[in-house]
Amino acid sequence: MIIELGHFALILALSVALVQMLLPAWGARVGDARLMAVAPPAALAQLTLLAFAFLALTHAFITSDFSVEVVWANSHTAKPLIYKFSGVWGNHEGSMLLWVLILALFGAAVALFGSNLPDTVRANVLAVQAAIAVAFLVFIVFASSPFDRIPPQPEGRGLNPILQDPALAFHPPFLYGGYVGLSMAFSFAIAALIEGRTDAAWARWVRPWTLAAWMLLTLGIAMGSWWAYYELGWGGWWFWDPVENASFMPWLAATALLHSALVMEKREALKVWTILLAILAFSLSLIGTFLVRSGILTSVHAFAVDPRRGIFILAILTLLIGGALALYAWRAPQLRQGGLFAPISREGSLVLNNVLLTVACATVFIGTLYPLALEAITGAKISVGPPYFNLTFGPLMVPLLLAMPLGPLLAWKRGDLLGAAQRLAAGVGLALLAMLATLVLEWRGPWLAPFGIALGAWVIAGPLCEWGTRVKLLAADRGEVVRRAFGLPRSAYGGMLAHAGLGLTVIGIVATSAWREEQVVILRQGERAAIAGYELSFRGVAPRQGPNYQEVVGLMVVTRDGSPVTELAPSKRTFETPRQTTTEAGIHVGWRGDLYVVLGDEQVAGGWVVRLYFNPLVRLIWLGAIVMALGGLLSLSDRRLRIGVPRRARRAIPQAAE
Amino acid sequence: MRHLLASPRALLLGPRQGPGRRRRLWTAACRRLGAAARLCLLFIVLAVPRAAAVEPDEMLADPALEARARSISQELRCLVCQNQSIDDSNAALARDLRLIVRERLRAGDSDQAVLAFVEARYGEFALLRPKLNAHTLLLWLAPLLLLVAAAAGVIRRTRAAGHAPAKAAAEPLSSAEQQRLAELIKRGRDAAN
Repeated sequence: MIIELGHFALILALSVALVQMLLPAWGARVGDARLMAVAPPAALAQLTLLAFAFLALTHAFITSDFSVEVVWANSHTAKPLIYKFSGVWGNHEGSMLLWVLILALFGAAVALFGSNLPDTVRANVLAVQAAIAVAFLVFIVFASSPFDRIPPQPEGRGLNPILQDPALAFHPPFLYGGYVGLSMAFSFAIAALIEGRTDAAWARWVRPWTLAAWMLLTLGIAMGSWWAYYELGWGGWWFWDPVENASFMPWLAATALLHSALVMEKREALKVWTILLAILAFSLSLIGTFLVRSGILTSVHAFAVDPRRGIFILAILTLLIGGALALYAWRAPQLRQGGLFAPISREGSLVLNNVLLTVACATVFIGTLYPLALEAITGAKISVGPPYFNLTFGPLMVPLLLAMPLGPLLAWKRGDLLGAAQRLAAGVGLALLAMLATLVLEWRGPWLAPFGIALGAWVIAGPLCEWGTRVKLLAADRGEVVRRAFGLPRSAYGGMLAHAGLGLTVIGIVATSAWREEQVVILRQGERAAIAGYELSFRGVAPRQGPNYQEVVGLMVVTRDGSPVTELAPSKRTFETPRQTTTEAGIHVGWRGDLYVVLGDEQVAGGWVVRLYFNPLVRLIWLGAIVMALGGLLSLSDRRLRIGVPRRARRAIPQAAE
Repeated sequence: MRHLLASPRALLLGPRQGPGRRRRLWTAACRRLGAAARLCLLFIVLAVPRAAAVEPDEMLADPALEARARSISQELRCLVCQNQSIDDSNAALARDLRLIVRERLRAGDSDQAVLAFVEARYGEFALLRPKLNAHTLLLWLAPLLLLVAAAAGVIRRTRAAGHAPAKAAAEPLSSAEQQRLAELIKRGRDAAN
């Protein structure tokens, strides 16, 4: 019964979305306030209905109602509760429902908090949001309903064991939050094109939504990477897998959008470009959804293979992206460009940021889709793997990272490169010091690595120097410094934190790529192995029974210079339904890096294959991502974004340019 | 953890007791771990996705040669897998390819020769680093072309914009504009005080 109610709520949500799409847009066109006023309550109604539908499905999963096809195909009574819960979106149908639920959540947020928007803008934004919802709801209702019934089954088929993991349980909601959050930038861009008007206020409305989406995307991607690291069994954290690329491309576009919207907000420049970027960022999200959901690329995430649905999503894609770009081509020339600036200026540096990020994003796009296009056109099959991306994406990031500390120190309109460089003298010193320290510590290492570490240190030093400059660390007395430090807006701190976070990630990436150690050995009970200063003694294996799996656990006692460090228990799990094995690495986190132990196969001649890895500073990769997201959060809490007006300067002293 | 393992005695009497004794203990442990042993068999049959795959019995004795084999393995695609190199995959085919790579290396082939050998047998699809040819020219040139195009676009825009302000700055303000400017400055001062 609850399932039928959920199904009914879903269909009702589709009708509400249709109303929300048509009436407010028409109202905005003819200037009818009553028609425009339909939008906010419709958005709230849509959220309520979708939330109900989602809860109905969740109820079916938690109570293991195997008369529902999706539940039967993806759940099992013996599965721990948390995975029954996360199983709701661990399958195609449920994850699409989550997608539209998050979309409705963002729409409702505009309805509730968008009272400072002009009526026509709000009406148009909500209408565009509703149009996206209609497209996806039609898809769900007619092509992938999660509420289909089957004759009741005694037991379900279980969730893919690889997905039964805490990090992966919450990876999709974050990722979808990011994907769908970019729909806000998209809707605002379309509204701006319909109105034929954009200004600084537009950028100020768009920025917090983009920032929120960007944060969620950052965390979602980091979570996925972390999961891959500890679950896939060999400590790799990024594979340039098409599905990873599908989430990475919107992130790159959103990062570019954040920066170009900054220019638009402060200087009214780059208007047309920012609108295009807003459209592209969400288009890439849609393409990402398409790539994952259609199964056009068979990859690790292949739990979503179904070509018939792919064609449906492709149609949605063409309609939304094509429509948006056509509207852009038609209306954009009418938008007035404003805000002039010299090449060496804050704007100039942000343009450089946008050029490099966009080209990097396009490179990932081409690398991901080239094999598909080539095969479709010529029939030739090629592979584009990690070597290609490392060779092309890497070099594009180097100038970006080099310029990162400089940008924020340049003034708007016309900057002083020499002055900025002087203020970064300490940063240069820090970077050189880092390089020297690296050379001393790891003199045998790859020759490129010290430069990489220096680059990371440089990116971290940038915000420190920026802070020092803005609080007049060296020029003013202590009271003045403290007052200035408290006076800096949170968005400034947010930006600095985000930049520093990227520096951490860079150091993590460089260190773990350059100095990773690896050993594959056969160990019999009682035998020892050594890696990176650790001594491991293998104490044998034992079986263990989990809630819905059996595992073989190996015990390794780890010592360092004779003193005990820890005990690791890498294991191999075998799940009953579906029958599949996973490896669980034993990981010891030290300040130098991770000791990572994987239990391999038992050998016929006796003993077990044990893989030992030492991944230096690998945690910095994800720590950096968390710091970046925190920076975003801090920036989001800034009064200027929250309320839409900057704080009045408490005194009339000229503030350093932001 | 420890209580899960065989017996404390087996733990204490480790491998130093001589090979015969060790084997006996090991068989005893294995018998006790009957279920585990059956599982072991299962593990050999079922491939674990994405576990680093090179097995000790495949590895070459010469560490320099083995290191070359590993780096070549990362350039080759496991043809039956989804986006995995043969270095990552433990599918049977990947293992065969790893053995072929090592065999060629032992025969004295250069890295390029090994890659060419595999390509000749399995096609271009096996190479994770696409070769530069007519098919892939656009792929390899794309980043550079895009960068040049973007730079050209930016330069053209700034040039076009650069002419406009010079004209605007050259024109003096009209008297009405000057009056409004003075008003704004005065208002700004009042607000600041």
